[in-house]
Amino acid sequence: MHPEHHVDMIPAQPAAATRPLVEEFKFGLDAPICLTWELTYACNLSCVHCLSSSGRRDPRELTTEECFRVIDELERLKVFYVNIGGGEPMLRADFFEILEYAAAHNVGVKFSTNGTFIDAAAAERLAAMDYLDIQISIDGADAQVNDLVRGEGSFAAARAAMDHLAAANFGPFKISLVVTRHNVTQLDEFKEIADSYGAQLRVTRLRPSGRGVDSWAELHPTQAQQRQLYYWLMDRPTVLTGDSFFHLSALGDALPGLNLCGAGRVVCLIDPVGDVYACPFVIHDEFLAGNIRNEGGFTKVWRESDLFLSLREPESEGACTSCGSYDACQGGCMASKFFVGLELTDPDPECVLGNAEPYLAALQTAGVAVPSSTADHSRPGVPVPSPVTLRPTRRQRA
Amino acid sequence: MIDLEARYEISPNVSLRPERFGALAYSFDTRKLSFLKHPDLVRVVESLDSSESVREAFETVGVDKARWPSFLTALATLETSEMIRAS
Repeated sequence: MHPEHHVDMIPAQPAAATRPLVEEFKFGLDAPICLTWELTYACNLSCVHCLSSSGRRDPRELTTEECFRVIDELERLKVFYVNIGGGEPMLRADFFEILEYAAAHNVGVKFSTNGTFIDAAAAERLAAMDYLDIQISIDGADAQVNDLVRGEGSFAAARAAMDHLAAANFGPFKISLVVTRHNVTQLDEFKEIADSYGAQLRVTRLRPSGRGVDSWAELHPTQAQQRQLYYWLMDRPTVLTGDSFFHLSALGDALPGLNLCGAGRVVCLIDPVGDVYACPFVIHDEFLAGNIRNEGGFTKVWRESDLFLSLREPESEGACTSCGSYDACQGGCMASKFFVGLELTDPDPECVLGNAEPYLAALQTAGVAVPSSTADHSRPGVPVPSPVTLRPTRRQRA
Repeated sequence: MIDLEARYEISPNVSLRPERFGALAYSFDTRKLSFLKHPDLVRVVESLDSSESVREAFETVGVDKARWPSFLTALATLETSEMIRAS
């Protein structure tokens, strides 16, 4: 029997924390929930919106042995999975060795690839591995739309990779796209492609990061398209978003997911040379926390770097904190603000309430330059495909 | 639905990482991540393997009876996501 005073008590819900998880995560965890690890800056493609400005291999790239030490550390920290990317990670000669080492050390891997190097033999090998997820990137539901952004032949290569994985019975892989002004009208077609393979569709947000700084203005969805996207996603809760559209939650109910910027709090990025950045979309000195090659390794960077500790402080007051939608959108994406030249306390450049417009107009009037890249690995002389106008972009070098 | 009198266990290839708020749970088989949002729930889940029943796990951890329904709901969610299973 239980004492009377329990009668009026609201039963404690184990499903609800003493404070909401989002609040818990804002103050950071002792280890990231998961992280992105770009294995190489080398890439056979030159996508116009590449968030890591990839192309050339960096000679300082982590060695195989150093990669193994990273995995050892992640195992100790109980980081259960990493999102491996690049560049094109399959260009590393030790790619399979790294995957096998991760699986043997309880670090699950999801890797992103453009698919070029998944032939029949590679697909067989991947299908035989444990703890592995594969994500193939396309940015158009047909070659015409895709190749404008990712380069000629890239759609056919990605589809061939999907066919090989299906033939090898890999199981449900993921197809990932970045939403642009041009492919937002193709969302149903993307879904049909994914369904035809029994694959999961993943839809993420275009950021003005990396080479995207030059193409973002032309490529990012319009306000009307953002609304269309929001309702499309709300109707399809099984479509993955990597939690990237929380700024859209100001349109109504929150999309599934944490709806939080996890940068330096629950996620981060390790780049090919061991530099640790707050998130995959901020490869810039301003968001560089440290390098895993230094004493104390990744753990020390995660737990002690000034940058990460400051990101775990309560947010400073800004234009957004007085907005009625702040709880829904949390002020939006740090990377998107930074790379268009906004302050981090300003509204997200794609604020669905249009609150960023005066700030963006002021930047234009003042002629403020956007931050220039501090880690550009674009291949010199290789023209990146230019969207919309097919005119030479700023990145096209002589 | 969780049977209060039945035996359960943590599924194979599921790993728990303790946190202030409770724990992260990850299944290497399904590659799904769950959040156990209360330290008491973590203690219950960790006690399943050595308990004859869910009731025994609740009693071992000292979960107040008023909270049992909500714990059963949480355990049912973990069973659906294949983090725990009847044994």
